[in-house]
Amino acid sequence: MSPITAVMRRELRSYFVTPVAYVFLVIFLVLAGTLTFYAGDFYEREQADLQPFFVMHPWLYLILVPAITMRMWAEESKGGTLELLLTLPLTLWQAMLGKFLAAWLFIGLALGLTFPIWITVNYLGAPDNGVIAAGYLGSWLMAGTFIAIGACLSALTRSQVVAFILTALVCVLLILAGQPQVVDFFQGALPRKLVHAIAHMSMLQHFDAISRGVLDVRDLLYFLISMIGWLIAGVLLLDLKRTR
Amino acid sequence: MIETDQLTRCYGHLTAVDALSIRVEPGQVLGLLGPNGAGKSTAMRMIAGFLIPTSGTARVCGYDVSREPLKAKRALGYLPEGAPSYGEMTVREFLQFIVRMRGLKADAAYRRFDEVVQRLQLEDVLGLCIDTLSKGLRRRVGLAQAILHDPPVLMLDEPTDGLDPNQKHAVRQLIDTMARERTILISTHLLEEVHALCNRVVIIARGKLLADATPAELERRSRYHGAVSFSAPGSGMSQEMLGRLPQVASIEVDPLDGRITVFPKVGERILEPVERLLREQGLEVSEIQLERGRLDEVFRQITTQDGDGARGATTGVSA
Repeated sequence: MSPITAVMRRELRSYFVTPVAYVFLVIFLVLAGTLTFYAGDFYEREQADLQPFFVMHPWLYLILVPAITMRMWAEESKGGTLELLLTLPLTLWQAMLGKFLAAWLFIGLALGLTFPIWITVNYLGAPDNGVIAAGYLGSWLMAGTFIAIGACLSALTRSQVVAFILTALVCVLLILAGQPQVVDFFQGALPRKLVHAIAHMSMLQHFDAISRGVLDVRDLLYFLISMIGWLIAGVLLLDLKRTR
Repeated sequence: MIETDQLTRCYGHLTAVDALSIRVEPGQVLGLLGPNGAGKSTAMRMIAGFLIPTSGTARVCGYDVSREPLKAKRALGYLPEGAPSYGEMTVREFLQFIVRMRGLKADAAYRRFDEVVQRLQLEDVLGLCIDTLSKGLRRRVGLAQAILHDPPVLMLDEPTDGLDPNQKHAVRQLIDTMARERTILISTHLLEEVHALCNRVVIIARGKLLADATPAELERRSRYHGAVSFSAPGSGMSQEMLGRLPQVASIEVDPLDGRITVFPKVGERILEPVERLLREQGLEVSEIQLERGRLDEVFRQITTQDGDGARGATTGVSA
């Protein structure tokens, strides 16, 4: 078995032997369900789609993903197990990927467990299941980006609280970057092209496009490049720690 | 084999390890000795590839730990300071994780797993969470982790810290049986351990290598080396007589238990003349001991001498 899968299995197991996994799953499922029906006006819209469900995901991830990722490296630094892990025969990359994949698979599981709502909408009407599948894909990619951010920032500090707050902060900035308020705010002060660039950094724009069923390569690349970029930054941070 | 060449590590202005060059051969058990904060753990962390040296190199089995880290790490079994492990895992899960990380082949791994578990007497706790174990057990789990892949080079940072005397004995036996063909580097601040385990001692303080010798050689540096000590009630008279022996340099009396230590002049043997004198005086001596030398005294001498010198030098500069 490769070190990546060994690390991944260990991480996943540690989610489930501690309450982390169960607390996360329950809160995620309850919130995803209730927000869709109450805040999202699932019935009142009288449309057979899962838009109100997916719209809530960025905000759910904003709170829940940092809770998963904050311990990723901070706990290892603090508990001294980082020394154990990094003196085993594996590269920093393998360690980082193993941990990232564990969290990403776990979120995938949480997403998968929302299947009753997909069944519900099919029972109530005739939705475009292709669009819904795209929505799930987009949501999972977005979660991956949040996780990569969290993995990187958890490598920055020994404190889980600091890791949580930093991750949530960066994520909220990335969610809000494309909102009209933010764009208006920068409109006067910055050159048009820069404002445009900031707006395009927004996770919401890319996620919305995918969850409406528009699978544009550029949106997919946005998430993939973000993930890889943050993971590279995380590996560099870990390496920097060894020289300091 | 472990080799370090001018290995140096700085934390800001502090030089934790200062141009350390050591070479440990197979069959050697080298004890890295030093006061707290001497740089023992930092040096080991660099050899293990956890910390990157500020300058200098370290090689494990000929593999440079910076250039070929994976090969170096495969050849090395390492017990970090404090024996860290994943507390939420059971002992079995943790050791299985190490087996997977080390990429051991299935059937060989099972045999080795059983062997190691038996050697470290972990059979009864395999199903327990590491968090619930005593300090001594955790240390043994850490040791098991370090030797699972039967490495040619073993590096243990304070392997017997927190163990009771029986466990210490068991761990020392384990290291002893592994010592024959392997290269072993242990750090410790227990001087008894040096006697029990090591055939070579390196003393460092403030990151600098201060002594590299066998335990016996170090003992010879002690002023107690070759001294004779005994307890005898009512020996006030004979003390004067002893002092007049041509081979004797000085005499000390322990103020607590009245034990008398007779120090020889350089190169003299004094056990026989002292014994003869005591017999002639008709003194009853319950036991008489020829001292080998005291490591703790040598240790203190070596590690503080340099400190005074260094302090003197810095004040000289600032003045």
